[in-house]
Amino acid sequence: MRGIYRGRNVPESARKPQLHTVAGMGTTATHCAYCALQCAMTLTADAGGRVTVGPRDFPTNRGGLCQKGWTAADLLGSPERLTTPLLRDGRSGPFREATWDEALEIVAGRIRDTQRAHGRDAVAVLGGGGLTNEKAYQLGKFARVALRTKNIDYNGRYCMSSAAAASNRAFGIDRGLPFPLPDLAETGAVLIAGGNVAETMPPFVQHLAAVVDRGGSLIIADPRRTATVERATLHLPVMPGTDLALALGLLHIAVADGHADRAYIQDRTTGFEETWRAAAQWWPERVERVTGVSVLAQRATVAQLAAGARGRGAVVLTARGAEQQSKGTDTVTALINLTLALGLPGKPHSGFGCITGQGNGQGGREHGQKADQLPGYRKIDDPAARAHVAGVWGVDPDELPGPGPSAYELIESLGADGGPRTLLVHGTNLAVSSPRGRRVVERLAALDTLVVCDVVMSETAALADVVLPVTQWAEEDGTMTNLEGRVIRRRRAVAPPPGVRSELEMLTALADRLGRGDRFSADPETVFDELRRASAGGIADYAGISWDRIDAEGGVFWPCPSDTHPGTPRLFADGFPTPDGRARFVAVEHRPPAEDVDADHPVYLTTGRVLQQYQSGAQTRRVPALAAAVTEPHVEIHPDLAGRSGLADGDLVRVVSRRGDAVGRVRLTTTIRPDTVFMPFHWGGEQAVNRVTNPALDPISRMPEFKVCAVRLERVVVSQGGSCGTDGDTGPEVSPSRRSRPTADWSEGGSAA
Amino acid sequence: MSRPTDVAPRIVVVGHGMAGARFVQELRARDLSRRFEVTVLGAEPEAAYNRVLLSSVLAGSLTPAEIETVPSAWYAAEDVELRTGVEVAAIDRRHRRVLTTAGEHVPYDHLVLATGSRPWVPPIDGLVADDGELDRDVVVFRTLGDCRTMLARLDRVRYAVVLGGGLLGLEAARGLAGRGVDVEVVHPADRLMERQLDLDAGRVLARTLRSLGVRTRLNAQAVRFTDGWGGGGRGMRLDDGTRLPADLVVVACGVRPNTGLAAAARLEVERAIVVDDTMTSVTDPAIHAIGECAQYDGQVYGLVAPAWEQAAVLADVLTGGPERYRGSPVVTRLKAADVDLAAMGETDVDELSDDEEGLEVLRFADPARGTYQKVVIRDERVTGAIMLGGPETVGAVTQLFDRAAPVPADRRALIFPGVVDAGAALDPADLPDDHTVCRCNGVTAGRVRAACEAGADTVAEIAATTRATTGCGGCRSDVAALLASRSTVEVPA
Repeated sequence: MRGIYRGRNVPESARKPQLHTVAGMGTTATHCAYCALQCAMTLTADAGGRVTVGPRDFPTNRGGLCQKGWTAADLLGSPERLTTPLLRDGRSGPFREATWDEALEIVAGRIRDTQRAHGRDAVAVLGGGGLTNEKAYQLGKFARVALRTKNIDYNGRYCMSSAAAASNRAFGIDRGLPFPLPDLAETGAVLIAGGNVAETMPPFVQHLAAVVDRGGSLIIADPRRTATVERATLHLPVMPGTDLALALGLLHIAVADGHADRAYIQDRTTGFEETWRAAAQWWPERVERVTGVSVLAQRATVAQLAAGARGRGAVVLTARGAEQQSKGTDTVTALINLTLALGLPGKPHSGFGCITGQGNGQGGREHGQKADQLPGYRKIDDPAARAHVAGVWGVDPDELPGPGPSAYELIESLGADGGPRTLLVHGTNLAVSSPRGRRVVERLAALDTLVVCDVVMSETAALADVVLPVTQWAEEDGTMTNLEGRVIRRRRAVAPPPGVRSELEMLTALADRLGRGDRFSADPETVFDELRRASAGGIADYAGISWDRIDAEGGVFWPCPSDTHPGTPRLFADGFPTPDGRARFVAVEHRPPAEDVDADHPVYLTTGRVLQQYQSGAQTRRVPALAAAVTEPHVEIHPDLAGRSGLADGDLVRVVSRRGDAVGRVRLTTTIRPDTVFMPFHWGGEQAVNRVTNPALDPISRMPEFKVCAVRLERVVVSQGGSCGTDGDTGPEVSPSRRSRPTADWSEGGSAA
Repeated sequence: MSRPTDVAPRIVVVGHGMAGARFVQELRARDLSRRFEVTVLGAEPEAAYNRVLLSSVLAGSLTPAEIETVPSAWYAAEDVELRTGVEVAAIDRRHRRVLTTAGEHVPYDHLVLATGSRPWVPPIDGLVADDGELDRDVVVFRTLGDCRTMLARLDRVRYAVVLGGGLLGLEAARGLAGRGVDVEVVHPADRLMERQLDLDAGRVLARTLRSLGVRTRLNAQAVRFTDGWGGGGRGMRLDDGTRLPADLVVVACGVRPNTGLAAAARLEVERAIVVDDTMTSVTDPAIHAIGECAQYDGQVYGLVAPAWEQAAVLADVLTGGPERYRGSPVVTRLKAADVDLAAMGETDVDELSDDEEGLEVLRFADPARGTYQKVVIRDERVTGAIMLGGPETVGAVTQLFDRAAPVPADRRALIFPGVVDAGAALDPADLPDDHTVCRCNGVTAGRVRAACEAGADTVAEIAATTRATTGCGGCRSDVAALLASRSTVEVPA
């Protein structure tokens, strides 16, 4: 019998909800180390400090865990763990071990020297969407108060920024999901544009399976027939870079076929007429030609969403496939327009949502890591916001810097004339994750000083002057805000290794050396309480959320403006947080990808993830079970294209764009369009597909175009000695297979790129 | 007539249809500093509207206001002078100006002719009244005005005859049938849409239309539209003597490019105004033509996609850009509710009788279900196709045709989606050992079997030892089946 899977196979002891410690067993209730689903789990430490993972029931994961979650604790005792600060003089020299005092003195000295010589903005900070709310908040504050630099941004720019920008302009708020995840399981129809949750957050699939099991619709737009598509009722095999045309066509059909909710449009929205005028130019037959999605499938999509809207509800979700394009904001906007035309946002089990990627991708974008923001999702150029936050921080509002450039633009300016000369990196591995990766490595090399805080010797850390070993997930307390907008607790299960410090401690100690130590605390709960005050009155208002409440209530949804406020699990039932209370249709127009195929680069490349790896792979490639399961990047190629390119299954192929190349192993599959190849991005060096991707930026969100660029394919010939060359090419020797496992040989300072 | 160079160059666009309105938008998108002074002269009194959607208006799913393409506010905001209801009488090339029928001179530096085409009304008795206008019960299906005329008299129309079984005629017929009118299409050729379809496709299409309330009469000539029908009604007499009742006659017998102005100005005109790859008249470098009144490389295009491409190219050329027009692949898509038809390129080809090297013709017909698919391949490229009855592959085939991309090695994939990979679903109990059962945790069938051998006899126990089913739970039934095949213990559901 099939039904909603509720973690039946999980031992009873592990399924007791909301227990955060199990007395006497050394067991801690927390959430996973990785993605935004933040699966609930228990960590049990034995006498020897060895930690095992158990699943825990929670509304999001319902007791499910994927292989990454089950093995998350394996990194705690990894021999590759950094446990002492490392320094070196000059990038080519070897690292040497140092004390924290010595390392912090050096970092403080470099910061002072840089700022004295080149001004405050010459020191920059890059953060990450995996940092806890406390760390993200502290990092933003450190940049503005201790460094007083405008130059701070974070890797969420590569993740959530397009969906965030589109949600803000439509709804006046940016929260990934407008409802608790179990609402999704109750709806009648779901459209996912560019998302592959069966690989990226497997327990999420339970909520989708519930929809399908009940006879509802699950429609997925993706150039590939992914593992998630295998579970769907309808697949829209959209050509890479044309999701926006598809979205416009769906809106066209919704109106032309009489599915628009005219009363909702009239009463709850503005801007429909102009939006329709744009969509009117995208009749389904025209859309078919641009996207490759048949008119029949387009009409079926709209009919099924409309049927859902009349019944149990309908939901449209976006993920990185639709968002990571140079028109990602407009693509998401077009899909929001569709939901507004169907009258979905604010109705039960209905609306628009984006599937957040990183563990704290939601909270990480709310509290001041973003170049243009202050805590509480406040705009840094808003005088009232500056006054409020400066008051909490005890500084003069005029002392706060203004908005800075976005992540990729900041990286482009590193070491350049007038650009930053010292960079602090927290929770991001930009040498692997940024587009046009070789250029990124060049920019990092041009810095006077690169300081990287990390758990292991990531590809970025390997380029640094100073590497500081920091705590990871199970070694620290804090809060995360999951993909639903639910603020949850990360709890410490084990003590960190000696020599490792939390970033809160590190930033406080550094601020102290910069003369601002009195403004900072290393205690996470104290930091959170300050975050609450700083966010009070903002869009992302955490004022009423305390650690105690999270413990007692199993998480609290923001906005939650006061101790007595219940939190806000469901948004928009009574209106939208816009000046007039209405949601805004925004007219958008399709345009082609920034780079199209041509004779020299005749194939589209799209990128993404595999189940066993996470982000740049810095963590998961060091988990033995995961590394063994997926040893190297593959390149998915349709047999027809492989045949024309002289490639066979298992060959090494070099994927070459105008910006660079990467090597992966050919995997033949008919689940991909014959004009497109796919390569996952979890590896560094020669295996980093982001050396190939295009940094063309979205004009609003500044999101790079990770999801489509033009490439050619070259077979890599492996000679007897194990060195490789491209057919007819005497390029540099590489040995991709040797690089598939991360090396612990960091003390030699080997560059990863 | 040289002017000082610091004066904005003046562009005058004659025609405010799909091509003209698009051109102005494309121009301003590339001319952000508004270097050009732009005037649009439109003969129709309406705002620009989307002609492609007229069939939706006729069918009643969209209102006339909803098919407007460019709001009048746009022209004001973009500083474009729009003058509707203004007809041009002549082009004065020597003085670079046009003369309107009201006697006004409008000077230009660049003249863009986007005059489109007009319906051709065949010389059939009774269609045209003595005053030279169409009879009150005869309409063409071309403009929003025509559409309004048809809609205005719908309540008095029980029988309609549509002259012409081409794209527009069929769209009109389908629209009227959807409104409850008894419709018959009279078509002189041996098949519907004879320029796009082969004989069999035409027959399948006719059958589909019939099921939707549209009768078709092939190889038939209308000869006279007359009064004196029973009960005071009117009717159409055909060449074989047949008389069809007709309260309304829709003329859809093709169009003729509006080239009168150009010909009178002694521009080179063949079937339409002859232009080069910059959409410029081969006679006068200051005069351009786009859309249905333009002829490039011997081709006159009657569809919107080429017109929009030409509009974009001309806007680029005038703003100093590098784009050039190279012709457009033409895909014809019938817009009629419940009829899914795409036709492109060469279709009346037969591999067996046209025995040519590299020529392949794929065909699948299921007339009972209104399905007919044909794909013409030359040298591994799609050179033509008919996709009738809505296969999911129509998008893929269209893109292969548009991009001249190589066809799949397994040709079946062009017509039958998924057939290449389908295969018979394996009974889970027969899954090979290396088959991944639980993707979330990377557990193979072999490992599940090993767990059974080791003594696990419930799904929960297999989960405890292998972690299979502990992710999304989707493999639970497969694991249960593997367990059932290996043990006699009853598997809990």
